[in-house]
Amino acid sequence: MSSASNETARRVAMLRDMARIRAFEREAVAAMRSGEAPGVVHPSIGQEGVAVGVCANLRRADRITSTHRGHGHAIAKGADARAMMLELHGRAGGSCGGKGGSMHIADFAVGMLGANGVVGAGIPIACGAAQAIRLTKEDAIVACFFGDGAVNRGPFLEGMNWAALYRLPVLFVCEDNGFAAFTRNSAVTAGGGPAVRAEACGVPATAVDGEDVLSVDAVAAELVARIRGGGGPQFLHAKCYRWEGHTGTDAAGYRPAEEAAAARGRDCIRRLAALLDPEEVAAVEAEAAAEMAGHRAAAMAAPWPDPGAAFTDVQDAGAPA
Amino acid sequence: MTRMTFAEAARRALAEEMRRDPLVWALGEDLVQGGIFGQYKGLAEEFGTDRIVSTPISESTIMGAGLGAALCGTRPVVEMRIADFTLCAMDELVSQIAKVRYMFGGQGRAALVVRMPQGMWRNSAAQHSQCLEAWLTHIPGLVVAAPGTPADAAGLLKSAVRSDDPVVLMEPKNLWTAEGEVMEEIAPIPFGVARHAAQGDALTVVTWSAMVPVVEQAARESGIACDVFDLRSLWPWDEAAVIASARRTGRLLVVHEAVTVSGFGAEVVARVVEALGPGGLRAVERLGSPRAPVPFSPPLEDSIRLSPARVADAIRRVAAVGA
Ligand SMILES: Cc1ncc(C[n+]2csc(CCOP(=O)(O)OP(=O)(O)O)c2C)c(N)n1
Ligand SMILES: [Mg+2]
Repeated sequence: MSSASNETARRVAMLRDMARIRAFEREAVAAMRSGEAPGVVHPSIGQEGVAVGVCANLRRADRITSTHRGHGHAIAKGADARAMMLELHGRAGGSCGGKGGSMHIADFAVGMLGANGVVGAGIPIACGAAQAIRLTKEDAIVACFFGDGAVNRGPFLEGMNWAALYRLPVLFVCEDNGFAAFTRNSAVTAGGGPAVRAEACGVPATAVDGEDVLSVDAVAAELVARIRGGGGPQFLHAKCYRWEGHTGTDAAGYRPAEEAAAARGRDCIRRLAALLDPEEVAAVEAEAAAEMAGHRAAAMAAPWPDPGAAFTDVQDAGAPA
Repeated sequence: MTRMTFAEAARRALAEEMRRDPLVWALGEDLVQGGIFGQYKGLAEEFGTDRIVSTPISESTIMGAGLGAALCGTRPVVEMRIADFTLCAMDELVSQIAKVRYMFGGQGRAALVVRMPQGMWRNSAAQHSQCLEAWLTHIPGLVVAAPGTPADAAGLLKSAVRSDDPVVLMEPKNLWTAEGEVMEEIAPIPFGVARHAAQGDALTVVTWSAMVPVVEQAARESGIACDVFDLRSLWPWDEAAVIASARRTGRLLVVHEAVTVSGFGAEVVARVVEALGPGGLRAVERLGSPRAPVPFSPPLEDSIRLSPARVADAIRRVAAVGA
């Protein structure tokens, strides 16, 4: 293949991943709203370019840690989307056997070490994963995703210092969608922002337009190469916007409608699609939609977990009687 | 058998585990310098600073990094310095480490040890003296061990390192320099098996951790035939041994350094009463700390601290009921 067709194939692959994430989350939100999926879903619709642009530069052996808004990270890392859909429906055969739900999806087979219901909690975990990778001389790195809200938690400061101190192979990815739940994060954050804080601890930071997957891909490629080369941790500050509310049922009345409308006009999927063959784009999007609709139907048809499974995998010594 | 301190026994056990398994490593503050009780002395020299890691004062990340490292196939020993500082890492311990295996449907395990020396340590006051074992026995997913002798410190540490469960090891701060006999070959001690420290028919006395030598001395000096159990691990704990003994003696005394209210003694008593029925015991008592913080000044601290004399009084009290 020529390098031009290589580049096209890479772009189509990224388009496919973004389309799959969006289709997955459209189904997940609909299932939550209809009550088919119990509990809560945090959609990352509009932010797909960050997950996909970063994970396009990761290998299977690399690990990621994720957040409450983690479907995109998981799918971009290669997690089993059908198992994920079953999981958020609470069904047997889900990624975690129905014990985790949307906010606790993990797929260790592809290095996805878990979404997390606690803001910022993935940061220390990513640091330790990188330390273990170094200790066992594995050829791998860790990408640690978190939101802009996480930079106000203590583990963020601890983790930046820690990773820089031990020069750990971690790519920190701050998905700055401007909001922490219902609050504009700038209204509760003093100082110069996430990148300034990271740099204060000695982690070099690079800003990127997270709504442009090609920019994310290019910058992530550069940062990942530095990390693999032993250069220590890097910080990627990805500006983006959360199209939907905080959860699938939050109407986000706390922000002007024009702001969200403007973000929709910067759609990471359409921006990449504009550079590709329209027929191919249509086919990719149709395939993604069909795949995820199929997963949702499969989830509704899947059996519930055996009630006895509530008592397994607690611990070996002193397990529930 | 060799006579050695609690700290030396624990140090040897960890050194042996680190020689046996290159995936075992330790992280915490001041470890390269030997740890604040000397329990890591010389280990950095033998194993290098990649495996004995001195960390920043970042308890959340010490704990959370331990989890990440366990999920990537190593066996970290997480040192909290003292149990009180675990409170700065509670999310990582309770909501991450204890949950990860379950929440992810068994995909990963937090096979790690969290060491947190606890309890009163002469004149260290309210923020450096707490006994928090009951908090952690309440958390599904955790194994909780609380050795009271050098031999058990070593044997339980070995089991903790080899366990695929996350194990909280609460060493009594006050006993680091206490001496005891330790086998040449340190064998792992299984969790949930009490040490039958003294045999007698008059009453059952249950204790653990720093109260072990206190209770042993009190039992000797009381002149009463006590059936004494050092639980050694609190979750799982040796319900069968304690229930069988209480059934025989009909009298139960639980002694712990922690605050009595909602202490683990309440669990021990409740389980025994459930097993024997409400009329199954002639006498029962919990002896622990009053619900007050630990004070600084020596006479104030002593008014909270359980002495052998106070424990012996309780032994006589329980033995006397309906006798
Ligand atoms: C420690 C903690 N505090 C509060 C919450 C409740 N909460 C869940 S998500 C969220 C907002 C997080 O904002 P951000 O980190 O920017 O991520 P985003 O939701 O924007 O992706 C909050 C406050 C939590 N899960 N964990
Ligand atoms: Mg945000």
